[in-house]
Amino acid sequence: MSEKTYDPIYDQPYDPTLAEKLYNPKKPMENRITDIGPPKYDQFFPPVIKKNYGKWVSHEILEPGVLKYKSETGDVVYVVRCGTPRLITTDYIREICDIADKYCDGYVRWTTRNNIEFHVTDEETLRALMDDLKGRKHPGGSYKFPIGGTGASVTNIVHTQGWVHCHTPATDASGVVKAVMDDLFEYFGSHRLPAQVRIALACCLNMCGAVHCSDIAILGIHRKPPLVEDDRITGVCEIPLAIAACPLGAIKPATVEIEGKKIKTVRVNEKRCMFCGNCYTMCPAMPLADGEGDGIAILVGGKVSNRISAPKFSKLVIPYLPNEPPRWPSVVKAIRHILEVYEKHARKYERIGDWIERIGWEKWFELTEIPFTEKSIDDYRLAYDTYRTSTHFKFTNHVAVK
Amino acid sequence: MADIKKHDTPMCDELKSGPWPSFVDDIENYGLAKGKQACMDLLGQLELSFKNKETHWKHGGIVGVFGYGGGVIGRYSDQQEKFPAIWAFHTVRVNQPASKFYHSAALRKLCDVWDHRGSGMTNFHGSTGDMVLLGTTTEQLEPIFFDLTHQLKMDLGGSGSNLRTPSCCVGKARCEWSCIDTQELCYDLTMTYQDELHRPAFPYKFKFKFSGCPNDCVAAIARADLSVIGTWIDDIRIDQEAVKAYVGGELKPNAGAHAGRDWGAFDIQKEVIDLCPTQCMSWDGNKLSINNKECNRCMHCINVMPEALRPGTDTGATILMGAKAPILEGAQLSTVIVPFMRLEPPFDNLKELIEKVWDLWMENGKNRERLGELIQRFSLSEFIRHIEVDPIPQMIREPRANPYVFWREEEVPGGWKRDVAEFRKRHPA
Repeated sequence: MSEKTYDPIYDQPYDPTLAEKLYNPKKPMENRITDIGPPKYDQFFPPVIKKNYGKWVSHEILEPGVLKYKSETGDVVYVVRCGTPRLITTDYIREICDIADKYCDGYVRWTTRNNIEFHVTDEETLRALMDDLKGRKHPGGSYKFPIGGTGASVTNIVHTQGWVHCHTPATDASGVVKAVMDDLFEYFGSHRLPAQVRIALACCLNMCGAVHCSDIAILGIHRKPPLVEDDRITGVCEIPLAIAACPLGAIKPATVEIEGKKIKTVRVNEKRCMFCGNCYTMCPAMPLADGEGDGIAILVGGKVSNRISAPKFSKLVIPYLPNEPPRWPSVVKAIRHILEVYEKHARKYERIGDWIERIGWEKWFELTEIPFTEKSIDDYRLAYDTYRTSTHFKFTNHVAVK
Repeated sequence: MADIKKHDTPMCDELKSGPWPSFVDDIENYGLAKGKQACMDLLGQLELSFKNKETHWKHGGIVGVFGYGGGVIGRYSDQQEKFPAIWAFHTVRVNQPASKFYHSAALRKLCDVWDHRGSGMTNFHGSTGDMVLLGTTTEQLEPIFFDLTHQLKMDLGGSGSNLRTPSCCVGKARCEWSCIDTQELCYDLTMTYQDELHRPAFPYKFKFKFSGCPNDCVAAIARADLSVIGTWIDDIRIDQEAVKAYVGGELKPNAGAHAGRDWGAFDIQKEVIDLCPTQCMSWDGNKLSINNKECNRCMHCINVMPEALRPGTDTGATILMGAKAPILEGAQLSTVIVPFMRLEPPFDNLKELIEKVWDLWMENGKNRERLGELIQRFSLSEFIRHIEVDPIPQMIREPRANPYVFWREEEVPGGWKRDVAEFRKRHPA
C-alpha cells in the first residue's frame, strides 16, 4: 500500500450527529466555517500522477477506452475510461470506490464529459480491471461501466437536468441521452469515425452545457407563447424584469380589470414571440410548457477545439421532432442517420462541421435527405451574415429548374 | 423499509434495457435497498412527466445557508400529494477538486453524508464542474453545510449572479500538451475569489475555465466568460527520428484514435502537411520542417504525431473573454483579449486583468447582462480601452468593413467646439 497523500480527515468516519451539535439555529453563525473552497487537488493524485506531474512526453490509445501515457522519468500510466449516466446514486459511486480500492489504491477521476477514469501502472492489473468492469451490469442488463469514449468515437453526451430537476425544460435529458447512447453504443467502444463526435443535449435554449458548440446537438424547444396569469403576476413577478427578458421585445406592460380592481400585468405579442421561455425564467406567472407543442431541435457542426479550423457554433438543421418518451425514436433515428452519412462521406480528421463546410450546406441537406425548411434560415439581428451573398453554390435536388 | 411505495413506472422501466448504463435501474435499486422514498417518488414523477411530456417542478425556489448567497438550487414538486418525499427537492452544489481526481476515502465519506441527509442521488458532475447533490429538504441544508465544512473540508460551489465554480482540464497531471498549470491556476483563483463566489455581487453570472492547450478539453472558449487557454510562443519541438517512425508505419497516427477503420497507410503529406491551416510545414522525404513564425498553434500536427511533435517550452496562455449561451443577445464564443500571458503563481498579472474587468462590468453591466453582452454594447474597442489593453490585430478576425468610425474629440486637431460663423466666413451660405 502506498503512502497516503490525502487529508487524514477522510479516514475519520462520518459522524452523523456532529452537525446538530455544532449548528445552533439560535446562533447560526456560531461554529460556521466559510470560504474554504474545494479540497486541494493534488492530494487526490495517484502516486504515479503526482510523481510525473508536468513530465509526460507522449501517449497512445491501446484500444477503445484504454490510454497509455509515458513520462520522461520512464514511468507509464494506463487509463481505462468508462461511460456513466452522470445522474448516479451514492451506491454507484461506492461501487466505483470499490473498483478504485481494488485496482487503483483508491484513486479515480471524472472527465469533463462525465466519464470516469481509472489509473493503473502495469498491464496485468490493467487486464484484471478491464475484465472486472466488463462483467458489471445492472439487473436490467445495462453495463454499469462500459469501456470506451476515446479517439474517433462518440463519447458521453454532455447533458442537463430535464424533467428530473428543472422547471423550464422543453424535453427530458436523462431519458433522451439513454435512448441515444443505447442506439449509438457501438460507436462509444470503437474508433471508426473520421473524427471524434461530440453530442450534447440541453433541455431548453438556456443551453446549459455545450449544445451551442457540439458536432450534434439535441435542444429542447417550445412552440407556443407563454400563458399569462393576470391574477397572480403582480404577486410573484417584477414586471419590468419580465419585459426586459424578451430578446424580441414581444412583452408589453398592460392593465386588466379583475373583479372591479385594476391590476398590472403584461401582454405578449404572439406574432413576435419565438417561445424562448426566458420570460418564464424571470416570471413564474408566464408558464409555457406544453406536451404537444414542445419537442426537440437538432443542430450540427459545432466544435470548441482550434484544431485545423476555428471553433464553430452548431447550426439548426431539424427544427422540430416530437417528444416521444421513453425512447424518443424519431430523435434517435435522426441522430444515427446524421452520424452514418458523416461516417460514410467525411475525410479523416474532419469534424462534422469541417466536412459540411467543405461540401457546402446544400450538399449536406441533399446527402442526408433532411428536408430544408424556412426554419433553418436565420432571422435574428445579424441574420444577413448567414445568407448566400455569392454565386458559389452547387446544384442539388433542391433547385427546381423551370 | 417495508412501507416504501413503489409507483407504477412502465415507461421509466423501458429505460432499464439497452447497453448504456441505466439511471433508472441505479435509482430504483438504490431506493429499494436503502429505503429511500425520494428515489421512488422521483421515478414516479418522471413517469408522470413522460406521460404528460411536461416538467412537474414548480418555478424557482430560494433557499440557502447563512453567510452565503448561493450554492443551493431550491426546487419543489408540483405534485406534492402524489410524491411527498420530493415535496422539497433542493440541489446542493459542492466545489469539486480541480480536474476531478478523488480518493475513495473522500468519496465514501461524502456518500455517507448524502445517504444520511439527502436523496442519495447525485450528478457527477454538473456542467460547470460541481459535484451535484440532487435532492434534499430545506431543514437539512445547514447540517449538510456543517458536515461538508467540518467533516469533509469541502465548500459549496457557486450559483446566482456571482463567480461560478471554476474548472479546468486534466492539464499537466496527465497530458503532455498542457502549457500551463491548469489545476494550480484553477485552485488559486477559486481560493482568491471565494467572496465573489459565495456572495453574489455581480450584474450576472461569471465563469472561469482553464484549458492547457488549444484542444480546449474543458471547452473554455465556449463556456466561460473568462477563458484561459494554454499556448507557447517559441518553436514546436520535433523529434525527426519519431517523424520517420510515423512515416514508416511503426507509430500509429493520432495515437491510434482512428484504428477502428482502414484509412490506408499514414501519409504525412496528406494527413499533416496539407491539412496545416497556415501551410507552414513541409516534408522532404527525410526531414519535417515547420516555419514556426507562420504557425497558429492549432495543435493538428502535434495531435497526429504525439511521439514526434511537442509544444514549445516558452509557455503561457491566451486570455479570451465573453463566451455565453444564447440568452439574451445570442450565443458567443470568447474573443482574444491578451494573445500571450505568462502564468506563474501567484498569477498577479491575470488577477490584475480580471479585477479591471470586474470593476468595469460591476459598474456598467446592466441587470442580467453577461460580460460578452457588455463587450458588444460597449464595443470591443471601448472595452479594451477601459481595461487598459492596447488594440492589436490578433483581437480581430478581420477589420471592419463599414466606415462608421467613432473618433474621440481629443484625437482630432482643434476638437469639436466650432463656430458656424467662422465656417461661414470661408463658405458664405
